[in-house]
Amino acid sequence: MVQDGLFYTKEHEWVKIDGNEAVFGISDHAQSELGDITFVEIPEVNSSVAQSESFATIESVKAASDVYAPLSGEVVAVNEALRDSPEIMNTSPFDRGWICRIKISDIKEKDVLMSSDDYTNYLEEKTQ
Amino acid sequence: MHTRQSASIFDIFHMGEFFLRGPAAEKAVSRLITCRVDDMPEGKCRYGFMLNENGGIIDDLIVFKLSAEEFMLVVNAGTVDKDKKWIAGNIGPNVDFSDESDNIAKIDIQGPLSGDILSEILGNDIIKDLKRYHFKHVDMYGASVLLSRTGYTGELGYELFFTGEHVVEIWDKLNAFENVMPNGLGARDTLRLEMGYSLYGSDIDEKHTPFESNLSRFVCMDKGFIGKEALLRQEQEGFRTRLAGFICEGRRSARSHFSIMSGEKIIGEVTSGAFSPCMKRSIGLGYMDKINIIEGNEITLTDGKIEIPAKVKSIPLYRK
Repeated sequence: MVQDGLFYTKEHEWVKIDGNEAVFGISDHAQSELGDITFVEIPEVNSSVAQSESFATIESVKAASDVYAPLSGEVVAVNEALRDSPEIMNTSPFDRGWICRIKISDIKEKDVLMSSDDYTNYLEEKTQ
Repeated sequence: MHTRQSASIFDIFHMGEFFLRGPAAEKAVSRLITCRVDDMPEGKCRYGFMLNENGGIIDDLIVFKLSAEEFMLVVNAGTVDKDKKWIAGNIGPNVDFSDESDNIAKIDIQGPLSGDILSEILGNDIIKDLKRYHFKHVDMYGASVLLSRTGYTGELGYELFFTGEHVVEIWDKLNAFENVMPNGLGARDTLRLEMGYSLYGSDIDEKHTPFESNLSRFVCMDKGFIGKEALLRQEQEGFRTRLAGFICEGRRSARSHFSIMSGEKIIGEVTSGAFSPCMKRSIGLGYMDKINIIEGNEITLTDGKIEIPAKVKSIPLYRK
């Protein structure tokens, strides 16, 4: 399922824009492909993230995967619950499975992201 | 975790089943594998290895003594062709050897409730006196099943061997039990790793002998078998590295081929690693310099990019 109201990347991350801040996570498609998530390395508060660069690592039973930042900015909050319960990303990828919240450094960067409709089409093309 | 609390069924159709028959079969089997067969009664099975001339492990397997002149060897799926060639080249002309892997299905049922579930199907008497590493022929839903009390999870469990046309019915009937869940090979791999059981191709292979793999208890040095001379030499000369278990500090898992470090020194290599949901930490196996294999010894596992602190731990890695 694809949640409305979010922007998406080709690497299956989502971003929710909230004023001058944004929240990042991975899509339902991503968590399904990864399988049971066993560990998440989350960024530090006050660290910087850059669009399209890796800012977190997810380990599942199958493999380790990088997570790429949809936008650039400074990390203001991280989801501490993922340290002991990374499986939240499987059960609630768009809600309780959020990874971090940033202060956006350049809102124009969102122009390269996909809308939820575009992402839905992107997924359909990929699975054909 | 369902397997450790309840019962899981696994589709293990892919494993290989070979039969060696005839008056010369027992001697041939005995020469091929490291465990004793001459003292096995009918209905007994045993875990052992086929070794090459260097003592390296060609495959791990379980030998079932069906009768004085009939043995079944259950081997790994990935090594069926290799094993077949090796056996055919080492048994002589008087042994009837056949590969019946394509005809034989296998379902494992493992978990503390597995005995109760099978008792419900087969009657309590059959299950009650079936001891570990023994098997019986039973009738299950009209199918002739070889039922062994064996498994790869460390829990009470059974393995069912039967011909392929029954597999869907038997699977569906077992799956219909409320406490039973189907489970896959990924879960099975975690369960075996929690027990410290080796996986062929990862932890044991032709480059390592059973001594180096910490599996000497499955080698009977009082009889002849292919590879024995090499093991005798190794007993004399000694060996530097041995397979051992470790438990990581957190959830992050080391993967196969990560280096094992003691301080700045590389002391070994990881062969298997995974997150254990029962222990909520990552665990694994690897070959390490023997002098470092001390319970609780601190090590670091690294791929050059990430570093995972861990401690040497004796198997089983998981204890209830």
